[in-house]
Amino acid sequence: MTMSETLRAPAAPAAAAQPPTPGQILRRRILGHWSLMGGLAVLGLILLLAVLAPFVAPDDPYRQDLMERLVPPVWNAEGSWAHPLGTDHLGRDYLSRLLYGARVSLLIGFAAALGSGVIGTTLGVCAGYFRGRVDMVVTFLVTVRLSTPVVLVALAVVALFGGSLEVVILVLSALLWDRFAIVMRTSTIQATSQDYVLAAQAVGCSVPRIIFGEILPNVLNNLIIVATLEMAHAILLEAALSFLGLGVQPPLPSWGLMVAEGRSNLFFEPWLIAIPGVALFLLVLAINLVGDGVRDVTAPDGRT
Amino acid sequence: MLAYSLKRLLLAVLVAVTVSVGSFALLRAAGDPAVAMAGHSATASDIEFIRETYGFNRPLPVQYADWLVKALQGDFGESLYFRMPVSRMLADKLPTTMTLGGLALAFALCVGLPLGIIAAIRPNSWIDRTALLISVTGQAMPTFWFALVLVVLFSITFPLLPPSGSGTWKHFVMPTVVLGYYATPAIMRLTRAGMLEVLASDYIRTARAKGLHPAVVLLKHALRNAVIPVVSLSAVQFGFMLGGSVVVETVFALHGTGQLAWESISRSDLPTVQAIVLVLSSFYVVLSLIADLLNAWLDPRIRVA
Repeated sequence: MTMSETLRAPAAPAAAAQPPTPGQILRRRILGHWSLMGGLAVLGLILLLAVLAPFVAPDDPYRQDLMERLVPPVWNAEGSWAHPLGTDHLGRDYLSRLLYGARVSLLIGFAAALGSGVIGTTLGVCAGYFRGRVDMVVTFLVTVRLSTPVVLVALAVVALFGGSLEVVILVLSALLWDRFAIVMRTSTIQATSQDYVLAAQAVGCSVPRIIFGEILPNVLNNLIIVATLEMAHAILLEAALSFLGLGVQPPLPSWGLMVAEGRSNLFFEPWLIAIPGVALFLLVLAINLVGDGVRDVTAPDGRT
Repeated sequence: MLAYSLKRLLLAVLVAVTVSVGSFALLRAAGDPAVAMAGHSATASDIEFIRETYGFNRPLPVQYADWLVKALQGDFGESLYFRMPVSRMLADKLPTTMTLGGLALAFALCVGLPLGIIAAIRPNSWIDRTALLISVTGQAMPTFWFALVLVVLFSITFPLLPPSGSGTWKHFVMPTVVLGYYATPAIMRLTRAGMLEVLASDYIRTARAKGLHPAVVLLKHALRNAVIPVVSLSAVQFGFMLGGSVVVETVFALHGTGQLAWESISRSDLPTVQAIVLVLSSFYVVLSLIADLLNAWLDPRIRVA
């Protein structure tokens, strides 16, 4: 990446007794990339806590206790360890709701990235491989998609079909595929002009064999980068929709919904919006760092 | 240039037509509009009457054509909630959203351009790292949450700015910062990448070698080429912000199209929602058309290829 690294590149293998294998090089680059490791650690921790929520949560996230309403977190003078992050306006344990809320965010993030990834990658790879009319149609579809205001259409659809997890995931999948299509189209065009694809075509490989065996493995890093971006995007959009009351519906704990519910207590209980907000920020930050890290680590010019 | 412009214009028209079909179909997919208009306590004959009056019993393509022709003349029908022409409501709210979008874009450019340029001149310096931090934070911060944090800071802790409403310039400060910050990272990253690429090119080396003042090289030679992609990005971002202002306008109770859209969606006021989606999409189509034409005019390589 930097000048000194590129200059060192040709000398390094000669100096070593045994040249490192590509796998070793990749491993060393991943381990040496602190923001990628940091992002992976935070993401892994949130994922672990979300999966283990039934075991680590101190309380039932739905159990209301009107005698214990708006208890402040433990770092506050009036806080207690019975509710480490306090309780909300209905006396529900905030830490438990936060942990279960991570499940909603992660589920929607993964599912929407997967759904939009399948749509966008199919369109992009077809456009990039077949070119011509297919390319024209896909480019047109991408332009149409970009012209639709995402938040507005998502709000309208959720309002029409009801705010369930499935509807939110489907809407986001149907709206966030544009970047997958654009990036996959460009990457496929580049990969298709390579000699190994020409060779595969020359020996008479079938089109699915070329796409799945030759092209997809070589554009995988770009696919992962876009997937992290769209996962972060989907999580933020879900939170915004839920915040506006047209996403995941109560009493399900969603971080966006928790901020919305805490909004009326903004004056005296600011931690109610601070805690889920920080959680959202950290999760999205971690995902973005992983995406940026994957881009740095797999960039061909930085390979040393 | 003419051939390119015509081709691009044709594409824009096709996209606009497709979007209008989409927004029409989406809201018709929701169910029978006559039932929605009649309300809960309506009898079957009431619904039939509404269906007759508003022409919902005609074939869908006819209804669509009718709606589109009227929309092109500025007639978006009547709001189901306010019982007044949607076009009048839009004319009332659009200036607020436009002002907000314009201010937010100006904010993003004022922050993003200088930071991107300085970051490119001194890569890996502290200012480059600060710029990176600003952009990484901006991409991860939920807009509605950032808005609430600002309200806590500047309306509650230090009561300097009004937390909601519209009217004076003070009401626009926080919404502008929130919406503008959302658009800043993209502009900053593109400026930095463009500058880095241009600064490494041969003609910059030539300009430096013949002894031009570094500031002249930077501003006259490098910046001109580096900002070409930023111009088109800005237009596109402006379009995104018009659609994305829903969240910000709702949090700050700013009376623009975004807030109107959210309220109309909650009230299932279909004609209003349809009109807002169509108007904002058309704006985006026009803006991206302008951006592409501007790009082609600034950079001859695009229109020739």
